[in-house]
Amino acid sequence: MANFYTDSPELKHYLSHPLMKRIVELRERDFEEKDQYAYAPQDLEDAMDNYDKVLEIIGEICGDIIAPNAEGVDHEGPTCADGHAYYASGTEQNLDALRKAGLMGMSMPRRFGGLNFPSVTFMIAADMVSRADAGFENLWALQDCAETIYEFGSEEQKQHYISRVCNGETMSMDLTEPDAGSDLQSAQLKATYSEADGCWYLNGVKRFITNGDSDIHLVLARSEEGTKDGRGLSMFIYDKRSGGVTVRRIEGKMGIKGSPTCELVYNNAKAELCGERRLGLIKYVMALMNGARLGIAAQAVGISQAAYEEALAYARSRRQFGKPIIEMAPVAEMVVNIKAKLDAVRAILYQTSRYVDIYKALEDISKERKLTLEERKEQKYYAKLADSFTPLSKGLGSELCNQNVYDCVQVHGGSGYMKDYACERLYRDARVTSIYEGTTQMQVVAAIRYATSGFYASVMREFAEWKVLPELVTLKERLGAMIARYEEVVNVVVEQKDQEFTDLMARRLVEMAGYIIMGYLLLQDATSSPELFTSSAHVFIHWVEAEVDKHTGYIGRIRPDVMNYYRKA
Amino acid sequence: MPESLGDSGGSPITMNLNIIVLAKQVPDTRCVSQGTMNADGTINRAALPVIINPDDMKALEQALRLKEAHPGSTIRVLTMGPSRAADVVRESLFRGADGGYLLSDAAFAGADTLATSYVLATAIGKMGKCDIVLCGRQAIDGETAQVGSQVAERLGMPQITYVEKILSVNDGQITVKRRIDDGVEVVEAPLPLVVTVDGSAAPCRPRNAKWLMSYKHADIEMWSATDIDADLAQCGLAGSPTRVKAVESVVLKAKEARVMGSSDEEIEELMKSLL
Repeated sequence: MANFYTDSPELKHYLSHPLMKRIVELRERDFEEKDQYAYAPQDLEDAMDNYDKVLEIIGEICGDIIAPNAEGVDHEGPTCADGHAYYASGTEQNLDALRKAGLMGMSMPRRFGGLNFPSVTFMIAADMVSRADAGFENLWALQDCAETIYEFGSEEQKQHYISRVCNGETMSMDLTEPDAGSDLQSAQLKATYSEADGCWYLNGVKRFITNGDSDIHLVLARSEEGTKDGRGLSMFIYDKRSGGVTVRRIEGKMGIKGSPTCELVYNNAKAELCGERRLGLIKYVMALMNGARLGIAAQAVGISQAAYEEALAYARSRRQFGKPIIEMAPVAEMVVNIKAKLDAVRAILYQTSRYVDIYKALEDISKERKLTLEERKEQKYYAKLADSFTPLSKGLGSELCNQNVYDCVQVHGGSGYMKDYACERLYRDARVTSIYEGTTQMQVVAAIRYATSGFYASVMREFAEWKVLPELVTLKERLGAMIARYEEVVNVVVEQKDQEFTDLMARRLVEMAGYIIMGYLLLQDATSSPELFTSSAHVFIHWVEAEVDKHTGYIGRIRPDVMNYYRKA
Repeated sequence: MPESLGDSGGSPITMNLNIIVLAKQVPDTRCVSQGTMNADGTINRAALPVIINPDDMKALEQALRLKEAHPGSTIRVLTMGPSRAADVVRESLFRGADGGYLLSDAAFAGADTLATSYVLATAIGKMGKCDIVLCGRQAIDGETAQVGSQVAERLGMPQITYVEKILSVNDGQITVKRRIDDGVEVVEAPLPLVVTVDGSAAPCRPRNAKWLMSYKHADIEMWSATDIDADLAQCGLAGSPTRVKAVESVVLKAKEARVMGSSDEEIEELMKSLL
C-alpha cells in the first residue's frame, strides 16, 4: 500500500510555487468552464486541490500496481508476433489501471475529454511513474504527442484523435530511421498523395520507434519528392485502424525492457497530413521534441528517486564492521549526493515546466484573441526561458541520473551487481536517458548558444536577486562568485572565435551554467521549504563549486593549438 | 466454464441490474501501533486512519465489472456509521458507483452483527428493486463474517459466500467461482441474491480522476432510523445480544521444532497425528 506522491513531500512542494497562481489563471481562462464541466475547478484553491488529489491517485497506482509489476515486466518484456508488438502482462495491467483512473490525456482540454492539467502536474506524474517503472513511463507519457495534434492539427483531427487518446488509446512518434537518427533531416520514409483516393500513403521503414505498435502514430515523412533536407518533410497521422504498418521486429535492449522499441514497415499505409506540408521537421518535430525532452528529464528524476530509495534502504539495513554502512562517511556521501543531485534536477525540471506552462497557455490564448502587449512580452520571456532550460533539464538531468544509479549500485557493493536487487534494473534503465530524444551532445548543441550569447549568465544574475533565508546567504554568495568565474571562461572560449574550439568546450560551459542555475533554484526551494531542501542545497552547491573549479581549470589551460590531438581518434 | 463476464461464447444477454454494495468504514489495522488499543481492550479509533474494508472494496470491484458487462445497470452503496462514513459512498462514486446512502443515527450505535444486519436489510427493503447485494466476506475490525449471511437471511434471499469472481449473469441466473478450502467451485443461483466476496478476489480499481473532481464535495443522503422505519428495539446496542466479556492479546508462539524422519512408518504416524 505505497503511495509515491504522499511518501515524497518534495513533490507537493512544487505545487506551492508562486507561479502556479498565474499558470492556473491562464490554463483555466479565469475558470470559464466551471459551470460547463462537473470536474472543472471553481477557483484557484479548487484547482490546486484537484491537482493534489489526482496526483495522489497516480501515486497510489504507481506504488500499488506499476512498481510491483516492474520486475516482472523487465523479465517478461514485450513480444512480437503477426506483425504486432504485445506488451508484457504487467504492462497491460498498468495501462488498464491508468485508463480506468482516466489518466490518459491529462493535459488535453476538457472539450476533448482531457483533464486540462498543466505541464507541472503532468511532469510530477511522469516523475512518479518513472520511479515505479521507467520503461512504462514511455508508453504512458507518449500521450503527450496529442499536444502536437492539438497545436497543429485540424479541428476535425483534434476531435477525432485527441478524444481517443483521452479515452485511453496510446501514441508513438515515428521519427528515427536506419539512416536518420540525430540527423533527422535525412529521413526517407516516403509520403505520396493519391489524387484518386484523396489521401496520403506512406512507404518505407522506421527504426527504434518507442511503442511502435501504438494506436495513433505521428510520422515524419518526405512529402516533397526530390528534396533532401528538412524542408521536404511533413508530419502525418497514421491510425492503426487503417492498417498498412507492420512491426518487423522489436529490439532487444539493455534497459527499459517493458517498452517495445519497434522496427516498422510501412506498406502503402494510409495517413493524414497534420498541419502544413514542409513544416514537419522544422516546426512540428521541434515542438514535439521539446515536450518529449522534458519528459525524459522527468524520467531521469524518477529513476534517481528510485535509486535514492534503494540506496538509502540498503545502506541502512546492511551491516558491516558491526554497524549499518550508512554510518560510514564514504557510503553516506554517495547517498546524500544522490539526493542532492535528484533535488537539483527536480528544481530545474519543475522550473522549466512552469515556463512551458505559461508560454504555451499564452500561445493557446493567442489563437482565441489578440494578446495584450504585456502578455506578448510575457509569452516571449517565458518561451525563451523554456527553450534554454529544456536542454539543461534533459541533458544534465540524464547525466546526473546516470551518476546516481552508478552510486546506487556502488552502495550495494557486490549485491548491486546481482539481479536480485532493483538497482541493477535502474542502472540499465537509466542509461538510455542520456541517449534518446537527443543525446547529451545534441542537448549541448541546443544549449551552447545561450551560454555564448550571455543569456544564461543574465538568468543567473536575475536569480541572484532572489531573497533567501539568512542561513543560506553564504551559499548564495558562493554561487555569485561562480557566476563571475563562469563568465570569465565563457569569454575565454568566445574570444578564440574558433567554432571547433567552442564545440569542444561547449559541454563544460553548459554544465557549469546548468549547475549554477540549479544551485539557485535549489536555494529558492530551500527558502520556501527549508526542512526538505536545505541539506541538498549545501551538498549540491559544494559539489557545483568543485565542478566549476574543474571546468574553469580545464578551459583556462587549454588553447586551440592543442586541438589537433582531439580531431581524430 | 467461461472465466470472465461477457465471454460466454454465445452473445451475452445484457440485463439492467440493480446492484447494492454493502461497505463499511474500518480502522486501518495495517497501521496498528502502541496506543491503538485502549486500556479496556477496545480500539482507540482516533489513533487509526480509516479505510473502506478491503473485502468490501473487492465486492465493489465485482459490482463495477458487472456494470461494465451489463451497461445500464446501477450500483448503489450502502454504509452504516458516523457522518464521516459518507466518505465510503464518495470513494465508491470516485470508482464508478452511481449513488448511495449513509445510515447514521445514534440509535444504530453499538450494533453487533445481528443489529447491523437488521438495519442494512431494512434499508435495502426501502431501496426498491434489487437484483444482487454484494459485500465483503468479513471486515478487518470485527472479523466475524456474519453480516452478509445475516442480511441474506433477513431478506429471504439465497446467498453465495466466499465468491472470488462473478463469471456471468444471464437470464436471471448468476454463475460464480467460489474459493473454498481445497480449491474452487463454480456454482449457479437465481437472482435476487446476496453474494459475499472473498479476499482472494481481484483488487478494486483506482479512483477515476474526473469522478473524484466531480464528486469530491458530493452530498451523500443520510438515512436515520425513522427514515427507514426501523424498529428501535432491533437497532444498535438495544438490538445486540452480543456482549464483549473480555479482550486479551494472544501472542502466538511457535512450538518446539520436531525432527521427522522419512520412513513410511514415521510418515504414517505423522499423518495420524495431523488428522
